[in-house]
Amino acid sequence: MSRSRHVGLPRWVYLPAALAGVFVVLPVASLATRIAWADFPGLVTSDAALSALDLSLRTSAASTLLCLVLGVPLAVVLARSEARWLGPARSLVLLPLVLPPVVGGIALLAAFGRKGLLGAQLEAWGIQIAFSTIAVVMAQTFVSLPFLVVSLEGALRTAGERYDVVAASLGAAPTTVLRRVTLPLVLPGLASGAVLAFARSLGEFGATVTFAGSLEGTTRTLPLLIYNLRVTDADAAVAMALLLVVVAVLVIGLVRPRGAL
Amino acid sequence: MSVNIDIRVADRDVEVAFDVAAGETVAILGPNGAGKSTTLDVVGGLLRPDAGRVALDGDVLTGDGRWVAPHARRTALLAQDPLLFPHLSVLENVAFGPRSRGTGRRAARASAEQWLAEVDATELAGRRPAQLSGGQAQRVAIARALAADPRLLLLDEPMAALDIAVAPALRQLLRRVLAGRTAVVVTHHVLDALLLADRVVVLEGGRVVEQGPARDVLSRPRSSFAARFAGLNLVAGTATPDGVRRPDGSVLHGTPGDPAPAAGDEAVAVFRPSAVAVHREPPGGSPRNALVVRIDELEPHGDTLRVRAGDLAADVTLAAATELGLAPGTEVVFVVKATEVSVHAR
Repeated sequence: MSRSRHVGLPRWVYLPAALAGVFVVLPVASLATRIAWADFPGLVTSDAALSALDLSLRTSAASTLLCLVLGVPLAVVLARSEARWLGPARSLVLLPLVLPPVVGGIALLAAFGRKGLLGAQLEAWGIQIAFSTIAVVMAQTFVSLPFLVVSLEGALRTAGERYDVVAASLGAAPTTVLRRVTLPLVLPGLASGAVLAFARSLGEFGATVTFAGSLEGTTRTLPLLIYNLRVTDADAAVAMALLLVVVAVLVIGLVRPRGAL
Repeated sequence: MSVNIDIRVADRDVEVAFDVAAGETVAILGPNGAGKSTTLDVVGGLLRPDAGRVALDGDVLTGDGRWVAPHARRTALLAQDPLLFPHLSVLENVAFGPRSRGTGRRAARASAEQWLAEVDATELAGRRPAQLSGGQAQRVAIARALAADPRLLLLDEPMAALDIAVAPALRQLLRRVLAGRTAVVVTHHVLDALLLADRVVVLEGGRVVEQGPARDVLSRPRSSFAARFAGLNLVAGTATPDGVRRPDGSVLHGTPGDPAPAAGDEAVAVFRPSAVAVHREPPGGSPRNALVVRIDELEPHGDTLRVRAGDLAADVTLAAATELGLAPGTEVVFVVKATEVSVHAR
């Protein structure tokens, strides 16, 4: 909208900035040098690869949806409510960001595993979550939720409540305000949060392998397949890795809303 | 739609009580931090007072154990920033109120078009708020507030953010739409209070220090704040091409202010006491206004002496007062240049 004005940056800043860029891009680009290009098409279209890619995309889509359904209300409450217990609650929501994913997986097992806190009861009802596709989605949602919540909460705080106040004074009930004013105004933040959550889900490994295992077609997502192949078939692993990089770049590049993220 | 307000907000040290009669516009004046916005927030339901009540036409909105949510009060808010929803078109913005209250899409649209026409903004209907100037946006915001069919209109310095060039047209528009409506307007501007409001409530330090008809408060303020920024001479009459004809037939010459009256309209001439010179004899052959008056009282006013005579006041230095031998009962001539007198439609 408005053109930003600059006072200029110190020149030395460009050196570490360029180093940071190289640090990220170089290893990824090096992948391409390790690929047996003759075998590449066959490797990435193998049954195992396609099944893993398909599972990854479906579970990531499902967990992103789950993040939206649960995360949007959570972000709204964190950004708008003035209750005192919200300070500690905000820190707890960020926990998955700092926990090693493996710990997240163990925690999920403790809650939803066969002998877990809720899992034992679910087992009695004949519902088994651990080591199923549902477990993959839950593991991904667990690690991705903070990304959506933090991104959206920030957008909500930046947007402020002034428009909400005017909308209410015009006769809009709270649900109408949320649907017609609050959320449309933070749509870029919401979209970037959803993309972040999807990308995080796509790359999820530790919590998934701990909580859902690595069963081909059911829980073996692309990162899990790559880890498995790394020992047995290094060429295939590198090919899959490149495939994952391409998918990730597509997600970030195509879906990312302009100006956000 | 009369309003009764009697509230206490402890942590901002605000204790305010006043009424607004049906169809009346009340201006709240006061320095920063006097509690003007707090009062407006409580009436609009954005802030819960510690004690007291707000009633609109007998319905208790706040107090007596009742609390009506902001959206159910029908107290539309017009702030100094138009705050048009940036993701909606102008027409959708104006239709927002009716839509929110359950009006069908088609009827809401028709009502929005009608209100846009009312504020002369029909041609803006399809634009986005980002494509509007400040004055246009505030015009649309007025239409949007009115389209919500409020029982009470709350205006929070509605013209403070506007360009001096567009303020007059908007003030005229507000005069038109506020006529006959129950409204509370917070303002810093003496002319807004004079031209928009029937009555003025002056707040200072969270208390009502003065209230009364706008003309009385602004011409003969008793509170120190109102005296500092008001204390104007207001002379009512009918407009002539170059001034105001007073009921006694004499004409006070002035320059057309804003809104400029048409000849024959009710009008009010406004000038500052400091613009008035006091003479013992009428100065001959001068194009100035000369009003023969009898002094009622002299009161210190800062470094000067305020000379009161009927509804009029003049500021003179102590030295001049001594030299002229001013005292209550003395007949003197108040002289004021036509360029110092602005004439407004009333």
